Amino acid sequence: MSTKVVMEALSPTMEEGRVVEWKKQEGEAVAVGDVLAEVETDKAVMELVARAAGTMLKHVVAAGATVPVSELVAVIGEPGEAVEAGGNGKKAEGRKDGKPDAPAAAEPAKPAPAKPDSAKTEAPTPGAPAPGTQPTADRENRPTSMPPAPPAAAATEGGRVKASPLARKIAAERGLDLQGVAGSGPQGRIVQRDLAALSARPASAAAAPQVPAFRPIPAGEPFADVPLTQIRKTIARRLAQSLGPVPTFYLTIEVDMERVAEAREALNAAGQGKISFNDITIKAVALALRQHPACNAWWQDDHIRYWNEVHVSMAVAIEDGLITPVIRHADQKGLRQIAAESKDLAGRARERKLAPEEYTGGTFSVSNLGMLDIEEFTAIINPPEAGIIAIGRIAEKPVVHEGTIVPRKRMRLTMSCDHRVIDGATGAQFLQTLKGMLENPLALVW
Amino acid sequence: MPTLTYRDALNQALREEMQRDDRVFLMGEEVGVYQGAYKVSRGLLEEFGARRVVDTPITELGFAGVGVGAAMVGLRPVIEMMTFNFALLAVDQIVNSAAKMRYMSNGQVGVPMVVRGPGGAALQLGAQHSQAFESWYAHIPGLKVVMPATPADAKGLLKSAIRDDNPVIFIEGEMLYNTKGEVPEGEYTIPLGVADIKREGTDVTIVCHSKTVAVALKAAEQLAADGISAEVIDLRTIRPLDTRTVLESVARTHRCVVVEEGWHFAGVGAQVVDTIQREIFDALDAPVLRVTGAEVPMPYNKQLEKLAKADPAKVIAAVRQVLYVD
Repeated sequence: MSTKVVMEALSPTMEEGRVVEWKKQEGEAVAVGDVLAEVETDKAVMELVARAAGTMLKHVVAAGATVPVSELVAVIGEPGEAVEAGGNGKKAEGRKDGKPDAPAAAEPAKPAPAKPDSAKTEAPTPGAPAPGTQPTADRENRPTSMPPAPPAAAATEGGRVKASPLARKIAAERGLDLQGVAGSGPQGRIVQRDLAALSARPASAAAAPQVPAFRPIPAGEPFADVPLTQIRKTIARRLAQSLGPVPTFYLTIEVDMERVAEAREALNAAGQGKISFNDITIKAVALALRQHPACNAWWQDDHIRYWNEVHVSMAVAIEDGLITPVIRHADQKGLRQIAAESKDLAGRARERKLAPEEYTGGTFSVSNLGMLDIEEFTAIINPPEAGIIAIGRIAEKPVVHEGTIVPRKRMRLTMSCDHRVIDGATGAQFLQTLKGMLENPLALVW
Repeated sequence: MPTLTYRDALNQALREEMQRDDRVFLMGEEVGVYQGAYKVSRGLLEEFGARRVVDTPITELGFAGVGVGAAMVGLRPVIEMMTFNFALLAVDQIVNSAAKMRYMSNGQVGVPMVVRGPGGAALQLGAQHSQAFESWYAHIPGLKVVMPATPADAKGLLKSAIRDDNPVIFIEGEMLYNTKGEVPEGEYTIPLGVADIKREGTDVTIVCHSKTVAVALKAAEQLAADGISAEVIDLRTIRPLDTRTVLESVARTHRCVVVEEGWHFAGVGAQVVDTIQREIFDALDAPVLRVTGAEVPMPYNKQLEKLAKADPAKVIAAVRQVLYVD
């Protein structure tokens, strides 16, 4: 028996909704509680959820359509079930007289395999799923070649999850999926006690909503896995919708490099190998990450991994692409060591001689196009890392310094942030620290 | 604290209220010389005289009407019905006059009257004398319905009922009159509309009132032996219903059984279930079940009568069902 899906009032003031995207395509299996479509209300983009199980027979309206509340938007039913052209969810009735000939156009006839002309009547009806799109989790023993039986109460019940109101509430709070849970109540009703075992498993969503975005990592642990809060999940989902798989935003800061330049000159004058601006920036980034652990993290889909170790990936251009060798524990290494390592890694990267462990496992990235005279640019985040800093060229610019316009060496840093992990202010504070370090390079030494 | 029978607790409440307020008087069949069919009015004629303890003819409609009139002009009548089976004759006065007067006079005239007496079944009194009518009265806007289950509640609630400015239907129980319990001396009132948790528990809430409180407590005791912790809530007042106490309990236990003596259809329990499912649907782990009297006129046959009544075994069975045990 088919079920009409109507535009629901997803907010108290909603009068109409726009179908942003169908999440269940025609022919796809639908379980109760599945998200059928994303609907833009007057306030937000919300989920239109299935109230019945079966197969998505028809989208009555296309994505992008705006539909008044209570109007039909789709029909769910048995695979192969007929849907009226108007989409009114007419149920498919088997013929009562048993005669397979002269069926109504959109009405599958009863099976009569012995009679060849019955095959005609089994042709897919308008709006029915194409052959081969039967849901794998199918009804009992019904042969797939058979036209759908007339609606039986049991058939409708087949896909519906029976659970007590309390069990549903607990499941919603803990983010548990009741589909497939064995109910111990009458007729398989899922009751509170059936969820005890489920809630015991480390469900990522089971965390209390008051989990802070960042907590100090216990000393000695290489990392801490922090479950996602509801807000964090929502931010992740919403931003991913708008910007793609990694919802990125960009922060640019201009740094005065006069004193770094002086320091570098002095260091290089002392011999023992050259230290680049890049090396200094890597060191500063590593130290700043130490102060801003919220930026030193991996997005792990259902949780965020905050690292207690700082491993800086540096983008190195190679012949037909780029690779990101990692300076491990960059915060604990001296500038000379960083310089030596980065030179070695970059060299071997260009020769394609890096071992996999040498270009994986970074916790944050830097990318430098300054040597190619790029003023500033935005870099693409290297997942699962949550941030990358794009280093622009160092150029002399007229700036107001202590009341007069003077030429000074300036550099622009642009940080790309994964908004699922790093919020605007979090990233900005990190950049502020980084700028402070570069403008007072003694901080790098101490 | 002295231990009194339910009967003597009522007597004490009547006496104290008649001493406190000379507008209070008692009227009904056999309340004076005979000292009450169930001896609730023992000693009152002697103490207060025939002007305030009035024997009536067998005319329920008549003396209920006299009570309404007296209340309208400033007295505080307590009308004793020998049983609420007989009060059927007085329903017109109770429903059409007592319950309506304040509303239809735009608040100018109230009816501060108590109609009291035993309700429900005793033992082998037959179909016409074994009926629980609380749901009838509770159905009527303008009436309060009070049903104490213990001697202390009987005293505290009767005093509050007499002081209430509205008509109060105060239903006692023949089988309760001889039950004993501690009763506070002197001024002791219990506000109308407040339920009482008679036993605390965590697994299931048993809502009951009047005679079924003892049934529920007995069931709870047996359930405890099986490791099931039942909370027993005595409604005490049927209307206004203390929904808050019930809802807070069921929100904790997630399961509920409502027990009453009367018939199932449109009974008091139906109102309780309605409130629970409407207010705290998401707290429920099982449908709320009801244990009631059988849907038949009360059999006279002793065994059949026993089968027709709500008893601990039926309550236990319902509790096990909502807990999904067995």
